[in-house]
Amino acid sequence: MSTTQILIAGFGGQGVLFAGKLLAYKGLIAEKQVSWLPSYGPEMRGGTANCSVIISDEPVGSPIVSNPDVLVAMNLPSLEKYENDVVSGGIIIVDSTLISKKVEREDVTTYYVPATKMAKDEGFATLANMILMGKLMKACDTMDFEGIEATVQKVVPPKKANLIDINIKALKTGYDFE
Amino acid sequence: MVVFDRPKSLCDVPFHYCPGCTHGIIHRLVAEVIDELGIEGKTIGVAPVGCSVLAYNYFACDMVEAAHGRAPAVATGLKRSDPDNHIVFTYQGDGDLASIGTAETVHAAARNENITIIFVNNAIYGMTGGQMAPTSLPGQVTQTSPYGRDTSHCGFPVKVSEMLSQLDGAGYIERVAVNNVKNVRNAKKAIKKAFQNQIDKKGFSLVEVISTCPTNWGMTPDKALEWVEEKMIPYYPLGVYKDRDAEKKEEE
Amino acid sequence: MAEKVLMKGNEAIAEAAILAGCRHYFGYPITPQTEIAAYMAKKMPKIGGCFLQAESEVAAINMVYGVASTGKRVMTSSSSPGISLKAEGLSYLAGSDLPSLVVNVQRGGPGLGGIQPSQSDYFQATKGCGHGDYRMIVLAPSSVQEMASLTIKGFDLAEKYRMTSMILADGTMGQMMEPVSLEQAVVESYDKSWAVTGTKCERKKNIINSLSLVPEELEQLNFARYERYKKVEENEVMYEEYMMDDAEICVAAFGIAARVAKNAIVKAREEGIKVGMIRPITLWPFPQKAFEEAADKVKSFISVELSMGQMIEDIRLYTHSKKPVTLCNRVGGMIPSPEQVLESIRKANEGGNK
Repeated sequence: MSTTQILIAGFGGQGVLFAGKLLAYKGLIAEKQVSWLPSYGPEMRGGTANCSVIISDEPVGSPIVSNPDVLVAMNLPSLEKYENDVVSGGIIIVDSTLISKKVEREDVTTYYVPATKMAKDEGFATLANMILMGKLMKACDTMDFEGIEATVQKVVPPKKANLIDINIKALKTGYDFE
Repeated sequence: MVVFDRPKSLCDVPFHYCPGCTHGIIHRLVAEVIDELGIEGKTIGVAPVGCSVLAYNYFACDMVEAAHGRAPAVATGLKRSDPDNHIVFTYQGDGDLASIGTAETVHAAARNENITIIFVNNAIYGMTGGQMAPTSLPGQVTQTSPYGRDTSHCGFPVKVSEMLSQLDGAGYIERVAVNNVKNVRNAKKAIKKAFQNQIDKKGFSLVEVISTCPTNWGMTPDKALEWVEEKMIPYYPLGVYKDRDAEKKEEE
Repeated sequence: MAEKVLMKGNEAIAEAAILAGCRHYFGYPITPQTEIAAYMAKKMPKIGGCFLQAESEVAAINMVYGVASTGKRVMTSSSSPGISLKAEGLSYLAGSDLPSLVVNVQRGGPGLGGIQPSQSDYFQATKGCGHGDYRMIVLAPSSVQEMASLTIKGFDLAEKYRMTSMILADGTMGQMMEPVSLEQAVVESYDKSWAVTGTKCERKKNIINSLSLVPEELEQLNFARYERYKKVEENEVMYEEYMMDDAEICVAAFGIAARVAKNAIVKAREEGIKVGMIRPITLWPFPQKAFEEAADKVKSFISVELSMGQMIEDIRLYTHSKKPVTLCNRVGGMIPSPEQVLESIRKANEGGNK
């Protein structure tokens, strides 16, 4: 029996909610119980945005993640705000292109991924979020990479089907990043 | 041979209206038009809050009683429920339509909602006992303007037909009166056109009918009819304010 | 079971309404429920339905009144301040015995308040929103699946008893996504001989009306309406009991609060505290018997609410204050944490109620 509580946080427009949706669908396809809860309101228009995702073997109680097992920080304010909320032994994934500050906690495993730069270099500048999700799937014991294609197909709307391959590529880039 | 009979669309019940009140005439005109157009079985009327609140007892078609001012919104729902088979009209007074229900009126017109509105303007709140209406004339004495409507204090009357005619959505707006035989005949023509427009799917039609309130104006019925001619009509000129159909034809 | 898809609670309500045969929606934008309107705006034109953005909440509820008068399924949705504006229409719908479905995705108040989740419209929903003696069936979903299933149920109950069903959700329930499985609803048909659809000159006219100037008659109408309400109370109460078999402490919570409370109960059980929960699904009719019976078994109650304590009054009422009831709450858009609820449970267990 396991439950993984994930918090993804960044600026509006970085694809925070989409990244969360990918994880939720990943869980759904693996026949887990899942919930996805966005912050909503003015942040939709450019402020900070965050998204709680819970993937569990049991029915999900509260969908609000206040002490994440995994924190994905996509900007400095998010890291500063949530670093201390992460459970001991948890994981913090940092977009090190946008955040130069180091994680102070020593009881968590931290991964620094220059996702924004990598995405730019690879020619899919808007997909730093997917690189970070790829890394998350690698770093997190309770997640795996299997069936990622099916998941992406679910999440990418039919109108944007041409973007499926590039999303998978970005995920793979993150997954393979050491 | 019967030369004068009650229209089929008017129920055989006594009206509650005061002697000399012109609601009776306007009811009859609406009922005659429904009869003549053969639409009684399709028609749903909406009664307002005000003197004509009991209109649902007087018309023989299906009727709905709306909250104060909300008749155009209720009519919107009734119409949209089955646009091809429902003929929907509202019958509203000035307090209902031009004060508390201004937003509903304006937006039904703006949407070109395919309904017919009969707007009875007698420049006073009748049901509640003669208070100042949005259409009360400057200087008019009412229970709540006992020294005469002071425009520096409570502003000016709302000229509904003029206002609505500015909206692109409104299809047909005409102001008529029922203070003499000639005007009654014109009023019927306008009401008929307002219903015919709906049948022809031409959209929002409103007929403003200048009416009397002898009781609350404190006049005899005769005097009230004179007051319409002398005071009301000069402030609220009769005529067609908007006729999109005619304008189109002219352009062609 | 249909395939499970991830959906926001708001979208699940909209899709379920369509599956329940609702083809008329009227609304006015307000956070955090606007997804319902957006979904309807997209879908309705494609299935021969009608979506109309009204000029105000007042107009929207009166458009609902219009369609409801014709016997068709119709709905509107809003959030707290907008529901206050709809109160007038809700009273008229009740006075005219018209069925309708109204959704309130609550936000913090009073006044303009905030846009974050709240449950502070409990009084408004269950004690009468507008003027006069009347009730609404109030359904409180606690998952996205329930957002859908209770919407379908709400339409059915509304028609069965000729009254308004209200879905009382909150910003969290509206915004969160969970797997949901949606299926075409079985639509019961009820007598609609009262509807106004034009007489076709074949029947006597129908009148939809809430005015009755003769007091004796209006009294009889109220009596008859309350006879119907009694049937609702007898037949339609819904609630969930969670770990109540041996419980010594009973948590009461609905909607999002119940989800948070569940986490706390699981942890408290790990600590050996015998705690369970009654989760009302119908807030009106209130599951009074369940609480009455629990009052004979447990030591105390904790009402977990996103309000200053509204449901707690009903708990005290229906347990006849036999046992202490404490409040565990956050307001203004805040949500109690599982730890806060756990702390309340611990205190109750120590008998430290004040």
